[in-house]
Amino acid sequence: MFNFGIITNWFNNLLTGCMPDWLAVTIECVVIAVLILLTYTVLALFYILYERKLCAWFQCRLGPMRVGPWGVLQVFADMFKILVKELIDLKGTDKFLFKIAPYIVITSSVVMLACLPWGLGLQIINYNIGIFFILAVSSLGVLGILLAGWSSNNKYTLIGAMRSGAQMISYEISLGLAIITIVIFAGTMNINELVWEQANGWFIFRGHVPAIIAFIIYVIAATAETNRGPFDLPEAEHELTAGYHTEYSGIHFGFFYLAEYLNLFIVSGIASLMFLGGWMPLHVPGWDGFNAIMDYIPSIVWFVGKAFFISFVIIWFKWTFPRVRIDQLLAFEWKYLMPFALANMLLMAVFVALGWHF
Amino acid sequence: MSDIKEKISKLCPVAEFEEGECLLVSVPEKDWYPLAKALKEDPELNFDVLSAVVGMDWKESLGVVYYLTSTAHNWDMLAVKVAVADRENPMIHSVQDLWHVANFQEREVYDFYGIKFINHPDMRRFFLRNDWVGYPLRKDYDDDPKLNPVRLNDEENEDDTMQLIEEADGTVTEHKKKVFEENDYVVNIGPQHPSTHGVMRFRTAVDGEVVKKVDVVSGYIHRGIEKLCESLGYPQMLHFTDRMDYMSAHQNRHCLCSCIEKAMGLEVPARAVVIRTMMDELMRISSHLLSFGCTAMDLGATTAFFYGFREREQILDIFEKTCGARMSMNYNVIGGVIADLHPDFQKDVKALLEILPSRLKEYHQVFSGNIIAKNRMVGVGMLKKEDAINYAITGPSGRGSGWSCDCRKKHPYAAYADVEFDEVLEYGCDSYSRYMVRMKEIEQSARILEQLVDNIPEGPVRAQVPKIVKLPVGRWYQQVEASRGTFGVYIESDGEKTPARVHFQSPCFNLVGVMDLCCTGYMIADLITIGAALDFVIPDIDR
Repeated sequence: MFNFGIITNWFNNLLTGCMPDWLAVTIECVVIAVLILLTYTVLALFYILYERKLCAWFQCRLGPMRVGPWGVLQVFADMFKILVKELIDLKGTDKFLFKIAPYIVITSSVVMLACLPWGLGLQIINYNIGIFFILAVSSLGVLGILLAGWSSNNKYTLIGAMRSGAQMISYEISLGLAIITIVIFAGTMNINELVWEQANGWFIFRGHVPAIIAFIIYVIAATAETNRGPFDLPEAEHELTAGYHTEYSGIHFGFFYLAEYLNLFIVSGIASLMFLGGWMPLHVPGWDGFNAIMDYIPSIVWFVGKAFFISFVIIWFKWTFPRVRIDQLLAFEWKYLMPFALANMLLMAVFVALGWHF
Repeated sequence: MSDIKEKISKLCPVAEFEEGECLLVSVPEKDWYPLAKALKEDPELNFDVLSAVVGMDWKESLGVVYYLTSTAHNWDMLAVKVAVADRENPMIHSVQDLWHVANFQEREVYDFYGIKFINHPDMRRFFLRNDWVGYPLRKDYDDDPKLNPVRLNDEENEDDTMQLIEEADGTVTEHKKKVFEENDYVVNIGPQHPSTHGVMRFRTAVDGEVVKKVDVVSGYIHRGIEKLCESLGYPQMLHFTDRMDYMSAHQNRHCLCSCIEKAMGLEVPARAVVIRTMMDELMRISSHLLSFGCTAMDLGATTAFFYGFREREQILDIFEKTCGARMSMNYNVIGGVIADLHPDFQKDVKALLEILPSRLKEYHQVFSGNIIAKNRMVGVGMLKKEDAINYAITGPSGRGSGWSCDCRKKHPYAAYADVEFDEVLEYGCDSYSRYMVRMKEIEQSARILEQLVDNIPEGPVRAQVPKIVKLPVGRWYQQVEASRGTFGVYIESDGEKTPARVHFQSPCFNLVGVMDLCCTGYMIADLITIGAALDFVIPDIDR
């Protein structure tokens, strides 16, 4: 398998060879930041098209077809349009908070994106509590949504923000518990080690029953975390017109929109990291020939492919299920999902203690 | 009938009787309320449905014609005429405590005729702004645009209302009131909102997510059709009916045509009768498919919405071929229909009937059977049968409360007496029952179409009608079963070529009347569900 570390090391040696260390690090940071933002934009554009096309197919439609072949350039046209749109200043809003809210949301999602393991040697920072860090940063996003809803001085946005607060804080618990279940199994929170642990089989296979349960809980909670249907209550367009971002226009609205799509990729990426081996190819112990063939597929393709697959499942949810109601949403979390996740965590602990796994 | 006459004479000796298509009783204002109470509560009379409230201006007096129906006695109808001579400050006792449906109906009469209803709890205008000058449906209304310019300011004091309270000694005093309490958190749902199905506004007081009170504000697209009709000839005014409930265009127009034909004593050719029946049922299927789609969409299931539209498209194509239009078909005319069927009609209808059963199954799989959809609809928006009758909630919404109220069964018209179909009833009284009634009615409509599609008699599609249609002096009331409930047309004629008064009794008007009752205590999301399941169409309210 191609190790991307060769490129990054070469670049690092090139810089450190002709300049002081501090300058090299600064330049590397800038390059990485630009690369992340570029990836972020391209992925967001891809996801917008991805969802529109998928949803069209579910609904016996064609989706965007006019701009470019099969409408692939439609998203660029839309992006350009949103960039040139006016940012409307409204009377009665809390100006500072109103403007800062979309940046909080997008920052938290960019930081999460930066933590993902993209491929062999393609990881920005190797942190010993990496997955913990991702969870912590993901909670920041809700702050932006709450601020956006509150500062807009609009009843719809306020209700949307209240819903969002209740929903995201609740579902974060199940999300965290599902991840902790896997952390117990892996015995590490380091993202790099998590991936290498899965070299002899992904966690979802090695951990069998509790891992599969944790995976299902994770996907449900992640759908709720990203405010997607059937849990899209904070913006429930049929009830609250657009929920917390009703009053936003132009690129400020665009930030919410992009962050929402990117969060979809990020939760899918974390799912692939925790359950489906991250960038690790499908390995079956003993099948050396098969494993060798799998290794020919580049690691980045594995990671992105798995993430797209899980995103597909989450998109499929959205275009199939009706929206739940806020009391049903919270009852589902607190009465069923969270107790279940807790019990599953204990189950995993027992399995690990007794060695009932592969 | 003579029995009723005797009873009424006993209660009100001065009552005058007039025979017609149904008995009409004229009573003085002071006897009206006791008579109304007796009509409703006497077990032998038992007029439990207030079918229509028609405000009237007879020039020398103002008044109201009430149409009452007795569900217990063969759906007999009785008309009661109450007139007051005072044009400056006309007052009639409110009957909204007997029939709650009168709440909005009387507000409409107040809005257009300025008749105030004593003891009505919320005497505000219903359609027009509260700063409107004059009462537009009065014959002496001054329509000078200087009096009522296009106002660009917000409506003031929209929270103010008043109540006329009658003291024990007979004096009537005016009491100022507020619609909402002082600390209510009022959320404006509408007039521009994705799920109010049109330009409707619900001012909703909420406590957190729970709805405390819904105030219906209507009239944003009111076109004054009833007023316009008074200056148009009978054939001219047909066009308005397609634009009221555009999802019941055929039925509405069918109703108006039948009413005029009844007044003229005109016999409609057999072919036209069958064509009208088939078009009505196609329209009903298309309306219920739209309703299915919109209910699904309001609940967040966008995909089901497209499935509903896919099949509806096929029906619109059938309409397009025969009527030349997909909406506002303008197909029924006085004496029959405007043109014969397209040669493909039978083939297209059969193709539709063939796919419908499998498609309905698909809808149930993707939406009706979904656990989330069920949780959202079952037990939401309870409307008991008594309330449905009292608020005159007809159509699929009334039948979802177990009230057998299908006009096609109660007063068979067109070809409905000759075809076999079941009246669909559900007893859950909730949104899910209303939704399921619609889904099952699609099957019944398909059944009617199956029986008729190969049995369309040959012959002309239109009777000979004089160039200028004049109706004799009198009044007529005709009802049909539109997609959303019983649609009624009231025509009063002076013998001229234009009517003296036309009133359209639309089912949706009554449907919004129960929004407050149904939504109170449920959540904001439920308000949308309840609205979707009641399935009102705004232009039908704002006539």
